[in-house]
Amino acid sequence: KKNTIYPPPPIWAFLLGVLKRQALKQSAGDQGLFTSLYTSLAQQLPREPMEWRRTYGRAPKMIHLEANFVQFKEELLPKEGNKALLTFPFLHIYWTDCCDTEAYKSAVKEDMTRWQSSLRTHGSADWVIIVVETNDTKKKNKTNILPRSSIVDKIRSDFCNKQNDRCVVLSDPLKDSSRSQESWNSLLLKLRTLLLMSFTKNLGRFEDDMRTLREKRTQPGWSFCEYFMVQEELAFVFEMLQQFEDALVQYDELDALFTQYVLNFGAGDTANWLGSFCAPVRSWSGLLLRRPIDMEKRDGIQRGEASLLDLRSYLFSRQCTLLIFLLRPWEVTQRALELLHNCVQELRLLEVSVLEGALDCWVFLSCLEVLHRIEGCCDPAQLAANCSHTVGLWAYATDKLKSLGELCGLVSEKGPTSEDLNRTVDLLAGLGDERPETVSSLQSPYKKLKEALSSVEAFERHYLELSHAAMEMYRAIGRLRSARLVGKSLAEFYMRKGDPERAETFLQEALKSYTSEGWSLPVTHTRKQIAECQKLLGRTEDYLQTSALLAGDVNLTTEERKHFCQEILTFAGKSEDQSPKATLSMAVFAQLTRLQFRPATASVHSGAVLQAELTLRCLMPVSVHIQQLAVSVHFDLERAGTNGRSKGAPRQTNPGTVEFSQAHPSAGPASSSAAGPPLELDEIEDRSPTDNSLNSTGVVCKNTHLVMRCHDSASPPDTPNCVSPPSVTVKDDGQMLKVQDVTLEPGNNSIVFTAPPGTYTLRQLYATVGQVQFVLPHIYPSVQYEVYSQEPQLTVEPLSEPLLAGLPQMVKFTLLTGHYAVKKGDALQLSNTDTMPVLPSASCTARINSPLVGESSLFIQSSEKVTSISLPATPPYHTLEFHLEVLCVIPHGCDRPANERLTNGEVRHRPRSYSHPDTPMTMSIDCPWSIYSTLLALTFYIPFKTKHTLLSAGNRKYIQVCVQNMSDVNFTLAEVQLAEKQQATLELQSLNTKTQQLLCSKHSVFCLWEVRWKDDLPSCLQCIFSANFSPPKQDVSTFKPFHYQFQLERFIFIFYILTLYSVRAEILPPASEQHCRSGFLCGLEVCITRLTEPTEGEAAEDSKTDADGLKTTKLMYEVADSSSNWAVCGKSSGMVSMPMAADATHKVQIEVMPLFAGHLPFPKIKVLKYLPHTAAVAIQPDPDSCVENDSLSLLDKVLDDQGDTASIRSRGSVHSVGSGDQQQQKGVAMPRLEPFAAGQVFNHSHTQQVLVLPATDDHIMEVNAT
Amino acid sequence: MAVCIAVIAKENYPLYIRSVPTQNELKFHYTVHTSLDVVEEKISAVGKSLGDQRELYLGLLYPTEDYKVYGYVTNSKVKFVIVVDSSNTSLRDNEIRSMFRKLHNSFTDVMCNPFHSPGNTIQSKAFDGIVSGMMVQTASTV
Repeated sequence: KKNTIYPPPPIWAFLLGVLKRQALKQSAGDQGLFTSLYTSLAQQLPREPMEWRRTYGRAPKMIHLEANFVQFKEELLPKEGNKALLTFPFLHIYWTDCCDTEAYKSAVKEDMTRWQSSLRTHGSADWVIIVVETNDTKKKNKTNILPRSSIVDKIRSDFCNKQNDRCVVLSDPLKDSSRSQESWNSLLLKLRTLLLMSFTKNLGRFEDDMRTLREKRTQPGWSFCEYFMVQEELAFVFEMLQQFEDALVQYDELDALFTQYVLNFGAGDTANWLGSFCAPVRSWSGLLLRRPIDMEKRDGIQRGEASLLDLRSYLFSRQCTLLIFLLRPWEVTQRALELLHNCVQELRLLEVSVLEGALDCWVFLSCLEVLHRIEGCCDPAQLAANCSHTVGLWAYATDKLKSLGELCGLVSEKGPTSEDLNRTVDLLAGLGDERPETVSSLQSPYKKLKEALSSVEAFERHYLELSHAAMEMYRAIGRLRSARLVGKSLAEFYMRKGDPERAETFLQEALKSYTSEGWSLPVTHTRKQIAECQKLLGRTEDYLQTSALLAGDVNLTTEERKHFCQEILTFAGKSEDQSPKATLSMAVFAQLTRLQFRPATASVHSGAVLQAELTLRCLMPVSVHIQQLAVSVHFDLERAGTNGRSKGAPRQTNPGTVEFSQAHPSAGPASSSAAGPPLELDEIEDRSPTDNSLNSTGVVCKNTHLVMRCHDSASPPDTPNCVSPPSVTVKDDGQMLKVQDVTLEPGNNSIVFTAPPGTYTLRQLYATVGQVQFVLPHIYPSVQYEVYSQEPQLTVEPLSEPLLAGLPQMVKFTLLTGHYAVKKGDALQLSNTDTMPVLPSASCTARINSPLVGESSLFIQSSEKVTSISLPATPPYHTLEFHLEVLCVIPHGCDRPANERLTNGEVRHRPRSYSHPDTPMTMSIDCPWSIYSTLLALTFYIPFKTKHTLLSAGNRKYIQVCVQNMSDVNFTLAEVQLAEKQQATLELQSLNTKTQQLLCSKHSVFCLWEVRWKDDLPSCLQCIFSANFSPPKQDVSTFKPFHYQFQLERFIFIFYILTLYSVRAEILPPASEQHCRSGFLCGLEVCITRLTEPTEGEAAEDSKTDADGLKTTKLMYEVADSSSNWAVCGKSSGMVSMPMAADATHKVQIEVMPLFAGHLPFPKIKVLKYLPHTAAVAIQPDPDSCVENDSLSLLDKVLDDQGDTASIRSRGSVHSVGSGDQQQQKGVAMPRLEPFAAGQVFNHSHTQQVLVLPATDDHIMEVNAT
Repeated sequence: MAVCIAVIAKENYPLYIRSVPTQNELKFHYTVHTSLDVVEEKISAVGKSLGDQRELYLGLLYPTEDYKVYGYVTNSKVKFVIVVDSSNTSLRDNEIRSMFRKLHNSFTDVMCNPFHSPGNTIQSKAFDGIVSGMMVQTASTV
């Protein structure tokens, strides 16, 4: 058995104890007994946990105590100031199996006393005396020996005053009996308790001492290394107790303390002890994590000779060990990365001189060491799942290896130089020898580094392995950006190795990510690298494309941009045979920002010039000469017919201008990431084959497959910014707008194209620079323009609406020449008609507009049949205008046109006032550009409406002609005449006095003729009314004739039955008065007299024979006052039976009351025929419509009102026959009323007036005075 | 304090990025861009666990030998990244937090500007001033 275990065993440290085997030593024969006791004691002691209550409020813990037993030696007792905790004797045990009082007294007691005193001198109060009893000894001494208890009692009384628990009896330890087991258990419990007590006490004291020591750290002479050893002691103890957490805390505290000192050093607060850590680094062998405790380094620290890296390495190795105990391997990796970064920083801070590359070696080895250590304690699945924790170390190691490779000339194409080799040797020297732990392993970090630095090939192999591992891990955990960054670094490596092909793949991938996320600076940088690759690879088109992008990149300096621009121009300048034309995307070269059409409608006829002005923003840094700039256009068949409507984008604010929105290059990928590849859109229109009307219209996306694909895969979409733009397809439609030799300056340039005829959609834009062609594959929004051709068109329209017949009227001829050029001598041939002659005028001028070009006179020649108008020479697409005076002859009579349709088939809305027939006139014109005659319609309106009426007064007959002016102008009417056509024996005597009369607009003039006749009357009378009219205040010569022809049918009949009855009314004032007074009743006497004998017609009609034998007819009279002057009192209507004989008279008395004073017209008296129900319906004499209308209107009025016959109707205008009347009207069999024809009843008192005096002034005013 | 300050849009394109003029700007662009990996990782991890009650400050995204990269994400998923020199040890977590908070406030002001269209790069002078303030202090402490 060793006395001390120092250093502690690798994993399980044993608590040291001091075993006092004095008694056993004394009795040499019993040594075997103790050996057997010791084994079971050491085994059983840690079996049961103890609750460990701790100071400073720390949570109690259950711990297992283990002990190491060492034979007591005086020199093993800790001396004053000893800080070692590991070798501290926590409990002193005195073993004795003495049962003999004499022996006790003579030897054992003395020995115990000595032992006690030496303990006391060393201040140790933790002891216990164990008395072992065996049956053998008992038996042997049974007879003459004192009871064994007496020995124990003696010991207790001698040594354990008041501490009875310090003496324990163990009985029969070697027997397997329940008694001995019980005694064992109590012994163990006792030992544990005492041990823990001592442990707690000593540990507390140790911690206090440690703190005191730490507080002295500001004092000079304080050494971190010393303190380190002290606190580590504590950590060891905790580790022994398996309190790894607490152990780790000790190391973390040390770590923090050291870090703080380094930081303070950085801040200028230098501690002396730090000097040893500032020594130049001589060894960079990396971390060593395979040993639990790196004694080599520990010794170095203890001696104060450790370098910073040594200290850090040792500290981390301990932390790592504890963390792995704690099953937190991922914290190890995290801490490792922090440590490595930190060490590099600290060395820099402390200004420690390090060989260049040495730290890289150290970091590389350390990274791999940590990774190996972690791999050693985790299974592969666990490792794979926790890539995120290890990947940082992998990437760091890769990084370091790369910089080492660069340092040692292993990356260059040529291989290392001698200088590089020297450096390599120096670096390898600092690694020292390989540690014994890893000598056997094939893949140790040491071997890897050594191998990698030994040759170019080995380096490449190791570097690639690491890079790929790091990239794959990054990918696996979804850190794609980091993976791409590693890839980019790899690409740089390949570029150095002269392998641009592999490099490009990585660069492209990285670029895609930067582009899609809009990081312009990395984009530019990566693109520059790609350009280099592509140049080396000889991929001309790609290189040019990239160059174009770079030339337009604002992140680069002007020199760089010029360089790339020159690259393109140099290529472009090569002769044609060597290489095929390179087609590049326009977007990188120039941007189409604006398209402006002149004129703005984007639609002109083929004669005019349509210009399209393109604004191109050139992105190149220098001005570029372009051989040809072309816009390919697509001919639109469908639209060819629709003349001239602008089809620009609907959202344009400026007519004729289309703004092309561009994603600003620096504005980020907001637009590009969302948009995907640009849509290729084409418009479709579906027109009905029959009438060309639009059935449906829509937009077709031609590259759906591309767009959809982009949405399916998550890869960022291609944008114009991308290195390899979508392959540019040149659509060769054959139609191009071209401009030769343009120089594009940086910035905005405007280029003007002139458009050929047709309807075209702009599709693509090309710019050719020598061998390079830039193509803008789609112009979107799509822009269309139209250059159309137009047929000549002649229109005739009135100069002023409406055209009036009978007067000379001006009409306007408008000729749109369209594509036809009117030559000199071309003439319009108008076929003459009788009804509408063209009035020749001497001075007639034509205006040529487009806009106004000029005026020239017009020559009009009229022959019998044709009027020829010679036109002045007019260029195409101009308007020729001239005025011509025409006259429409007013047709005689009132023959109405068959229908209102005009000859051109169009229903023309007549002005409302012209409710009478209008006169459509058709002109037939022969035009020089067509073999067909052009038919044009004009509608004339007759200004007058004429009616005739036959009137009778008594026996006299009159013909009245009413001329109503329907037009909006006034006329003077003169020489009004009425003539009878057939030279009948009629005399028409004019009663018109005025020779000229003004006929205002919308007014009427009545003309009257008395008809005097001899015996024989014609059955039908045809009359012609004629008058001359002219606009007012004009010369007599301008008067135009107006004729109105009419026919009076059944003339005789009318004449003979005329005036059957005369009605005479008289107002009789009240008896006492001379005059009527308002408000007083007067009498109205109506006297109806039959004037004629009954005619044959009447006889056959409705008559019934009276009792006298005379034929009677029934009449109905009615007094009605329409002007509210009279109140009819009592009966206002009544029935009269009239004998059908001449001079038969009937008088009716009616009471009326005047309501106002003054000359009042008589109330109206109407007489109507009363037809009994039996009577056949009489055929009414109906000479013309006017009469008919009048009589009917009366009837209507009667029907309108349904008042009571008998009532006084002071204000009622019409007296109704009664309610029964209506029914009578409805049924055929009912009696009904029928008015007389005009003239059959002559009212003598028509329009007669009577004087009515005001009522007497007998108004009484009552005044009450009080 | 900071050597590089970046504001990154929800869609991960930079709204604002400024670094100390003395150092290689490109390097910071790469660093900040790469840090988005960790930002996304942290956002998704936080999103799962805490729902809407999440902490805007993401803490140290990742350390490199020379720099420490800290992240912060607003509720509208706009990311702030501050890169600090590793040698600058005077900065504590709290100070970084307060820098982010200051940055966030200023960013909010920028967003409130009716003339600023969200999604465009930040051109605000006030914001620039705040950022400069955070970077100027670097010069005095380092």
